[in-house]
Amino acid sequence: MRHLISIEDLSRADIERILDTAESFAEVSGREIKKVPALRGRTVVNLFYEASTRTSSSFELAAKRLSADVVSIRSVGSSIDKGESLKDTVQTLSAYDPAAIVIRSPHAGAAKLVAAWTPAAVINAGDGKHEHPTQALLDAFTLRRRLGKLDDANIWIVGDVLHSRVARSNILAFQRMGATVTVCGPPTLIPRGIEALGCAATSSLDGLQEADVVYVLRMQHERMQDAYVPSLREYAERYQINSARLNPEQLLMHPGPVNRGVELSAEAIDSPQALIGDQVKAGVAVRMAVLYELLVGSPPLAAVAA
Amino acid sequence: MTATSGEKLFCRERRPVELVVRNGHVLDPRTELDGPHDLLIRDGHIAELGSPGSLPAPEDGELFDATGMHVFPGFVDPHVHLRTPGQEYKEDLGSGTAAAAAGGFCAVIAMPNTDPVVDDPAVLGSLVGRARREAGVPVGFLASITRSLGGDELTEMAALADAGALGFTDDGKPVVSAGILRRALQYQALSGGVIALHEEDPALSRAGVMHEGPISARLGLAGIPSLSESTMIARDAALALYEDARVHFQHLSARESVQALAQAKQGGARVTGEVTPHHLTLTDDLVRTLDSRFKVNPPLRAEPDRRALIDGLRSGVIDCIATDHAPHARHEKEVPFEQAAMGTIGLETAFAALYTELVAPGELELALVVERMSGGAALYGLPTPRIAPDEIANLVVIDLDRAFEAGAQGYASKSENCAFGGRRLHGRVLLTLAAGGVAFRERMLVEAASAR
Repeated sequence: MRHLISIEDLSRADIERILDTAESFAEVSGREIKKVPALRGRTVVNLFYEASTRTSSSFELAAKRLSADVVSIRSVGSSIDKGESLKDTVQTLSAYDPAAIVIRSPHAGAAKLVAAWTPAAVINAGDGKHEHPTQALLDAFTLRRRLGKLDDANIWIVGDVLHSRVARSNILAFQRMGATVTVCGPPTLIPRGIEALGCAATSSLDGLQEADVVYVLRMQHERMQDAYVPSLREYAERYQINSARLNPEQLLMHPGPVNRGVELSAEAIDSPQALIGDQVKAGVAVRMAVLYELLVGSPPLAAVAA
Repeated sequence: MTATSGEKLFCRERRPVELVVRNGHVLDPRTELDGPHDLLIRDGHIAELGSPGSLPAPEDGELFDATGMHVFPGFVDPHVHLRTPGQEYKEDLGSGTAAAAAGGFCAVIAMPNTDPVVDDPAVLGSLVGRARREAGVPVGFLASITRSLGGDELTEMAALADAGALGFTDDGKPVVSAGILRRALQYQALSGGVIALHEEDPALSRAGVMHEGPISARLGLAGIPSLSESTMIARDAALALYEDARVHFQHLSARESVQALAQAKQGGARVTGEVTPHHLTLTDDLVRTLDSRFKVNPPLRAEPDRRALIDGLRSGVIDCIATDHAPHARHEKEVPFEQAAMGTIGLETAFAALYTELVAPGELELALVVERMSGGAALYGLPTPRIAPDEIANLVVIDLDRAFEAGAQGYASKSENCAFGGRRLHGRVLLTLAAGGVAFRERMLVEAASAR
């Protein structure tokens, strides 16, 4: 594997291998000295064209825990801000001979373009509404840890599917791992033709009780201005996941950041069935595993992690 | 410099050609020629049609051996963007008409969405002057319907027609207001000239960048539903019928649009339609690559839409082929799909793409494609190229068997944003005669001629 651009490029075996590697790194993260020398002397560039807290910080930590040198560039205050094109920025950064470029962009296909312009390995940290493959991997990691496997798990993804790259990557990843996926949300926020990805689509929460996992998406305030939903109040009324709608055996997930009281009720967020904290924690180990997979390769990492 | 009365196509002067095209398979559906002939062209006009091998080369003239090749009436493209004035870094009158000639076109009609917009007789007058100096094949011009393409104030349509405009369009944008369009249709009775419409309801297309369907859902790209086009065609066909106006619908892309056009024609509206080679041969499946060359407006749609466009062209619901040749500089396309400019160049690949993808596999008759490739002329009141004695020489010689990789040797266009780039196509243009002069000669022939 040279780049991580889309979940589509990963076989189930690829995903399992990355998650296995992540298990070893999760162990490292529990130590007092959370560092292994796997990427010593190599450079990882984080190039973020969008605001991000958990993805950018976890990529930075992941690279540092692998002993890489890390450069993080945000669009604000950089040459990007001065109108430099993506191509010129990438070619400039490539002059530093980075081993990997991690890119977050508001535009679909940006990571794929970057991969064509640099000899570095490219990791897609979110491209427009297209994909967010490391989020899907960390979600699969979190679920596999809790359930043992995803085979035959019934997973519902609820909310603004239309604008969600997390939904697109997770539909693909969960299904590849053997789960069944249903997407659910207001008709205005379910993209026409999404069933072509192999999932079911519905606008009704009937059947949610059958789900093993309820994965809730962030509902953004600006969706009201575009008349996707008449009001957040009405959205919450119809689609908020709360203790009344959730049964105690179900697992609850959310990619963050949460709008408390909109897509999730406070008591649901704070309930023991919520895996939201586990997801964040998994982010570092899984991103370490992705960097390791792309930059070091598949040799057993017991030696490195030990 | 303004046009003399009635003159609607402009081109730099050329030496009239003296030539015999020997033993080519002449196919002109309008004159019902379909077989091997010699053609004598004297003083830029077709002087004689003879049996194969019968006509000697003229004195001081050339003999072009077209054995095994086809000779068609020259193509006419009613929809190109020559980007002049103001965006000459994408294309200019010289490079755009060189691309046209390389594709077998003997005339093109340029769109007015330039910078400044062709919304004023002075702008048009200067363009006409430049075309007389720079254009390698005759160019006709449309002026805009509304000032600055703003959609709210009519241009001086009658004065623009007097200055040489063949018709009017806000191409690139729809005329959103039915009220403004109605005024333009009424005013057409005074100005003359076809009103050509780019149909798109912005309330439905919004910020869309591709066809709305399973692939846009997969990619997370904002979709443009087919209805954004077809509902506007239905609306404007009704207006055209009511005002008895002459309306042409540009670059149809959707099955529903073909249906709307068929209904309008049945109802008696004076409406016509065009379709591009890319909409006839490519679908939104290609957008999966997120390659910005496939970002066009209207968008590439789904396979049932493509089938409906082919059927519409075959049945005559769609009157002609237009390339919507839309050059963009590399930096405008070498960006993520959502940010990329919309459009593909098409003049140099139009015939070969249609021949390779539709004629060779048996989907469309060669004669039908040849006829539709110049169908746009009559729609705009221009003479249709014909292969017959006394006609001015507007013809193209093509080797259907000769294959080439699109773009492998570069393009005559200044831009390289070609949706067919890299494809292996059959049907190489070898010689184009436009308005009685040699407009294009395939490079190998030029080299052979200069070596002699």
